[in-house]
Amino acid sequence: MTVAIDRATGERRGDRAPRPGPVSRLKHGYRKHWYAYAMIAPVAVVLGVLVLYPLAYGFYLTLTDANSLNSARTIGVNEIAATYKFIGLDNYADILWGPTAYDRFWSHFVWTIVWTAACVALHYGIGLGLALLLDQKLRGRTFYRLVLILPWAVPTFVTVFGWRFMLADSGIVNSALDFLHLPAPAWLEDTFWQRTAAIMVNTWCGVPFMMVSLLGGLQSIDGALYEAAEMDGAGAWQRFRHVTLPGLRSVSSTVVLLGVIWTFNQFAVIFLLFGNTAPEAQILVTWAYQLGFGQQPRDFAQSAAYGILLLAILIVFTSFYRRWLNRYEQQLAF
Amino acid sequence: MSTPTVTTAAPAPPPASPPAPPRPVRPRGERGPLARLASHTVLGVASAVAFFPVAWLVFLSLGPDKDDYLHPGGIWRKMTLDNYAFVLQHTAFSDWLKSSLIVSLGTTLIGVLVSASTGYAVSRMRFPGYRRFMWVLLVTQMFPVAVLMVPMYQILSRLGLIDNYLGLILVYCSTAVPYCAWLMKGYFDTIPFEIDEAGRVDGLSPIGTFVRLILPLAKPGLAVAAFYSFITAFGEVAFATTFLLDDRKYTLAVGLQSFVSEHDAQRHLMAATAVLIAIPVSAFFYLVQKNLVTGLTAGGTKG
Repeated sequence: MTVAIDRATGERRGDRAPRPGPVSRLKHGYRKHWYAYAMIAPVAVVLGVLVLYPLAYGFYLTLTDANSLNSARTIGVNEIAATYKFIGLDNYADILWGPTAYDRFWSHFVWTIVWTAACVALHYGIGLGLALLLDQKLRGRTFYRLVLILPWAVPTFVTVFGWRFMLADSGIVNSALDFLHLPAPAWLEDTFWQRTAAIMVNTWCGVPFMMVSLLGGLQSIDGALYEAAEMDGAGAWQRFRHVTLPGLRSVSSTVVLLGVIWTFNQFAVIFLLFGNTAPEAQILVTWAYQLGFGQQPRDFAQSAAYGILLLAILIVFTSFYRRWLNRYEQQLAF
Repeated sequence: MSTPTVTTAAPAPPPASPPAPPRPVRPRGERGPLARLASHTVLGVASAVAFFPVAWLVFLSLGPDKDDYLHPGGIWRKMTLDNYAFVLQHTAFSDWLKSSLIVSLGTTLIGVLVSASTGYAVSRMRFPGYRRFMWVLLVTQMFPVAVLMVPMYQILSRLGLIDNYLGLILVYCSTAVPYCAWLMKGYFDTIPFEIDEAGRVDGLSPIGTFVRLILPLAKPGLAVAAFYSFITAFGEVAFATTFLLDDRKYTLAVGLQSFVSEHDAQRHLMAATAVLIAIPVSAFFYLVQKNLVTGLTAGGTKG
């Protein structure tokens, strides 16, 4: 009974050499790895039952015209069987190039991309800046760090309500702008300002995570590298460019990927900031939720189809991202 | 004597030593007064921005009238804790708190157990299907609520788990566990393999090694995983809104929304509730935050 640590040899798929027959191979594999499988079994079960199966089922729903009027449901004691029917890829066709597809899908799509790019760029930029500042010897830096992670410490659904008070028509933000004789935009009504407000709030919520991760990355860079760079006459900018950034690369590539995924799927901020009032400011996720649960009749099929499209976009993005990283010989966290 | 060698020993003051050196040499990592001032300014402003919305919420919660948030100046004169008293006595706050705690602590417990064992398995053992499994863990992060919501609803209702804490806990585990497992794997990778080997030489079974040797060493990582699971469960809105039907079983995240419609936008009560919610979570956060940096980066960098 050996624990299969082939890390040291760097070999991913260890003993490959002489292939015995399939049965004995299976037996051997079972004997060798049974506790590995035993340890991941709970996750595998949970993921299988609650993620993969629903995914398959959800995909099936997208091929039907299911909504809350024709799905199986129970009203009192009467059980009503499902009457929706199979319609093939019509949902996708309708979403992507049906009538008013621009208003229903493409406008949200473009806004989702802008939203993701802007938020992640702001998260990363501000997070890195603050992490660099916190990484120096500075009086009170523990204090700063504790205050700066506050937006992360307080649950999003609480802070978003706080922001709603502040951004309301005559809330503190507009009062302050008024006081400074600046125009006071209608943050929660006008489309452009709604979008700006959403990005602002999400940036506020998301910076601490980036900051903390990058700070950890900075602290794990070997100080001797900086000394060596300084001995070689590198200036502050050059040290940043050639020591700090490469040192942060693996943390960065991971947190940026996570940031993109999380921001793309960010539900709470927009849902709580606007509720159902701002159709133009909904990103694809909240829009799909509205189709499926925020209207009558609930359009399950279309909602699920949006979900599948979202997932497809993310998977394509991730594959490209990984390929792009591989080209520069970087590894993601696994 | 001409080369003042400043070692990294003490935070010594710049050596303004007798033979008048050409210019004071600062210890490494220390900047000039101007740069320090700039750092303090930027950090101060950022801290203010981070702090203000929360402070503002606390301030508003002290105003007795529901429209006070529109003219906050008046709150100074009539500050009161009445809102808190009202929320605690006359709303379902305690029920909500109870459900939130049940759900979040349940998720934390199950999530940490499961993700730790998974993380250990993928960190130490190479088994067939390893890469595919890691890929699945990553991809699950990407699932938008919209794909899973409808099918999950139907599955849970078939299992009789709608409007049930266990159902919600399982749903949250399916989102929290993949990330935590990933994180724990990173953390376990930083623990030397020699420890496992030593354990095995001393006759521990693989699972014994894990429980007796590795888990105690991985406490910071476990803290982060626990924290992440707790926060995920505590702050989740979409699933809780859809899967909980009985308004006494609402979690706080759902209950807080109901203030706007139910009590026709009683914002002062809402603010007070929000503050009451924020206090225990933030306390929990600050308890584990020390481990946060170590745990997260170990998860992020190594691998």
